[in-house]
Amino acid sequence: MSTLIFRTMAPPLAGLMLIVSIVVLLRGHNDPGGGFIGGLLAACAAAIHGMAFGVGRTRQVMRINPLAISGFGVLLAIASGLLSAFAGTSFLTGLWLPANIFGVPGLFDIGVYFTVAGTLAAIALALEDGGEGN
Amino acid sequence: MELSFDTFTLLVLMAPFAVALLAPTISRETGRAAGWILALVPAGLFVMLLSMIGDVAAGHPVSITVDWVPALGLRFSLLIDGLSLTFALLISGIGAFILVYSGDYLAGHPHRGRFFAFLLLFMGAMLSLVLADSLVALFVFWEMTSVTSFLLIGFDHTAEKSRRAAIQALIVTGIGGLALMAGGVLLYVVAGTWDISALAASPTLRQAGAAYPWVLGFILVAAFTKSAQVPFHFWLPNAMEAPTPVSAYLHSATMVQAGIYLLARLSPILAGTPQWQALLCTIGGATLLWGALIALKQTDLKQLLAHTTIASLGLLVMLLGIGGEAAAMAVATYFVAHALYKAALFLVTGSVDHATGSRDVTRLSGLRDSLTISFICTALAALSMFGVPPLLGYIAKEEIYAVVGLTDVWAVVVLTVIVVGNALLGTAALAVLIRPFMGNAMPADLPPREGGIALWIGPVAFGLLGLAVLFGISTYGDLVAAPMASAIMGYPVASHLTFAVDLTHLPVWLSLLTWVIAILAYMQLDRLRAALTGLERRFSWSFDKGFDQIMFGLIRIAGGWTRAFHHGRLELYLVVAVASLALVLLVPLWRLGGWPQVPDFRAGNFYEWGVIGLATIGVVTLVLARTRLGAIVALGIQGLAVALIFLVFGAPDLAFTQLLVETLSVVILALVMARLNLSANDPRPFEDWLRDGGLAIVVGGSACLLLLRVLEGTFDGRLSTFFAQNSVATAHGRNIVNVILVDFRGLDTLGEIAVVMTAGIAVLALLRRQHKRGPQTDSAKRAPRRKVAAV
Repeated sequence: MSTLIFRTMAPPLAGLMLIVSIVVLLRGHNDPGGGFIGGLLAACAAAIHGMAFGVGRTRQVMRINPLAISGFGVLLAIASGLLSAFAGTSFLTGLWLPANIFGVPGLFDIGVYFTVAGTLAAIALALEDGGEGN
Repeated sequence: MELSFDTFTLLVLMAPFAVALLAPTISRETGRAAGWILALVPAGLFVMLLSMIGDVAAGHPVSITVDWVPALGLRFSLLIDGLSLTFALLISGIGAFILVYSGDYLAGHPHRGRFFAFLLLFMGAMLSLVLADSLVALFVFWEMTSVTSFLLIGFDHTAEKSRRAAIQALIVTGIGGLALMAGGVLLYVVAGTWDISALAASPTLRQAGAAYPWVLGFILVAAFTKSAQVPFHFWLPNAMEAPTPVSAYLHSATMVQAGIYLLARLSPILAGTPQWQALLCTIGGATLLWGALIALKQTDLKQLLAHTTIASLGLLVMLLGIGGEAAAMAVATYFVAHALYKAALFLVTGSVDHATGSRDVTRLSGLRDSLTISFICTALAALSMFGVPPLLGYIAKEEIYAVVGLTDVWAVVVLTVIVVGNALLGTAALAVLIRPFMGNAMPADLPPREGGIALWIGPVAFGLLGLAVLFGISTYGDLVAAPMASAIMGYPVASHLTFAVDLTHLPVWLSLLTWVIAILAYMQLDRLRAALTGLERRFSWSFDKGFDQIMFGLIRIAGGWTRAFHHGRLELYLVVAVASLALVLLVPLWRLGGWPQVPDFRAGNFYEWGVIGLATIGVVTLVLARTRLGAIVALGIQGLAVALIFLVFGAPDLAFTQLLVETLSVVILALVMARLNLSANDPRPFEDWLRDGGLAIVVGGSACLLLLRVLEGTFDGRLSTFFAQNSVATAHGRNIVNVILVDFRGLDTLGEIAVVMTAGIAVLALLRRQHKRGPQTDSAKRAPRRKVAAV
């Protein structure tokens, strides 16, 4: 699958997808998008990079184990919910910074993003790995 | 923060738990002194509890309440009355000496610290059990004593026998724990309170009718399993695999008495009915005779003592069954006497084992000169057990014999059982005292030597206490026995304990009769043992074997069940899952009243028809595809068409998600295919094709029909309106779908992402397993195919 064209185009494409995924994540609260979709896009980016350069190289570029990213996402989501303990409200209450620029739901959505991206990237990379190994 | 008396007492009672955490460190750092240091905890508790005895005896139970889960109306409440105080004093008092003893007994053992920790945990649990006023707390600590008992029986975990005994004890007492929970919940339902003191204050339960037999049944199962009554008694002799201090502490003096405690505690509410009397007297009597008789068969001192414990527990159950003030006094006296002499005998057995390396009564003899202190302790304890006048055991026996008069046939039967049982126990006491210590000294290179003070201070204390009570018998009666009896009866009972040999009384003559039978039986002990052993050989079945049969039966049923439902054939799983889906779709359709009307197809726009056409092309290509890759791509086309439908009908979020999910699905399916080295084609037999095709049509068709039918109903827009109104106003977001996901229903999403992560871990685990085994083996091929279904 790693033709010259694909290998040339893969890094900019993956980078672009990552940027778009973050844009999609952040605009999600008011326009179509959100953590889940953003996470899927980010996972696609990892999968494309892996197809072009091999899984070993992708893991090197990512630096962090994708499953660890996934776990971080869940922890972040839980932590965002626990913030309400400081406000004396119940778990996962939507708390907002002044002027409503950012709040618990946003933090929670970032957690969703990392979970989805990490899990699917981990699965895709593991599958690509086996395909090459055999 | 100022500590109130309640909180302070509670914290002190929790001390064993806290010290248990430190015990391994203390054991390592302080060496031989560790037992003494740790014993300060129960000794301190003992002193604290002792300071309450005056108030309690005067009829003022100490009641302590701290809120636990206020939202559920649960309070952590303690009730220190005569019954719980007597238990607690014995638990802490005996516990202190047990810790001292263990320090020497296990000196140099690599896991001594762990042993101390378990022992302290048990001590804390047992204390909390008897002091708890809440049924919930009682249940929690009841289970905790079972668990710590499991850990202590299995302390020598490298021996298979220990492990089996530990598991057996846990299962039997665990069944009792479940019964206790059921009984407790029923009591709560009937009486409306978790507090035992409040329950006792409203003795309406006996009139509750239908609930009473159930409550009684559950509570009796709990008590009988814990206190080793026939037919649940078999775990206790096996529990002797534990180190000797454990046998002395848990399996004679305290934990096995928890069942007696439960029966005594609930006596004011449950006792007095014909069922109560009949069940407790029958089971208790059977246990008394069985335990005493089998004890005579044993040659191992620990086994012998364990069986006499079973018998004594049976006797206590029987007395509680008879009921009445006299019986309550008898229980109160006998319980204390038994705990003291039995703990002493067990500890001495451990010392003898330490000194000579044997616990076999047929091999030990003549130890009185070399182990003088042990001999004196044994004499004090065994004579108390035998019921010789100045000792507490005698007074207890007199009390027991005073319970039943010769009024009717049943009384005579009960009395006979008690006399015979006591006589056999007396025989066992003689065997423990005479066989190892009298007779000629054993031939040995070195005469056995007495252990250090830690090994004999406990038995000496227990033995002397059994003697010292004599001098303060009326004080003892007023301070300990009468308050305990009052708690059992539910109203104040006056003490009448005196030490007097009144020859006009029946009990004295019964005592005499007991001694005669005991001595006669002792003289025939070897013959009796041979006869009992012969009988046992005749019957190849035993309760212990029965336990194994039940366990193996359970395992076989579970195995068969698993093989039937977890067969590992992916096609069958899918067929069952999809067929169930069809059923789920069709049943509501039928309940909603038949088929929907044919919708008006002419309303569609040209682009809507175009999208539908695209989807149809995808499906038809999928079905007709000759290669797997072709089928996967065709599936992608169909999914894309669905995404377009979402877009057309104004759901950009869904369309976006669908598009990405479809893309990833195609990529992952293709990767799976490549990874599994599947052949490019997928030839299938016609009947498979027919079955799967038929199922697919049924599911698809019924989903379609159900949706059409649902659309015919009126649309309830309350939820949509709510979200539309509140999305910006309270959640500050215009994208309603996202606001629902991360704010309104955030908890659901949290659960979902946790599932996503867990599924990812599972997939990786499966893939890694396949990687290790290599791709060629059959089972490795099956594993990722399951994953395809998951994706």
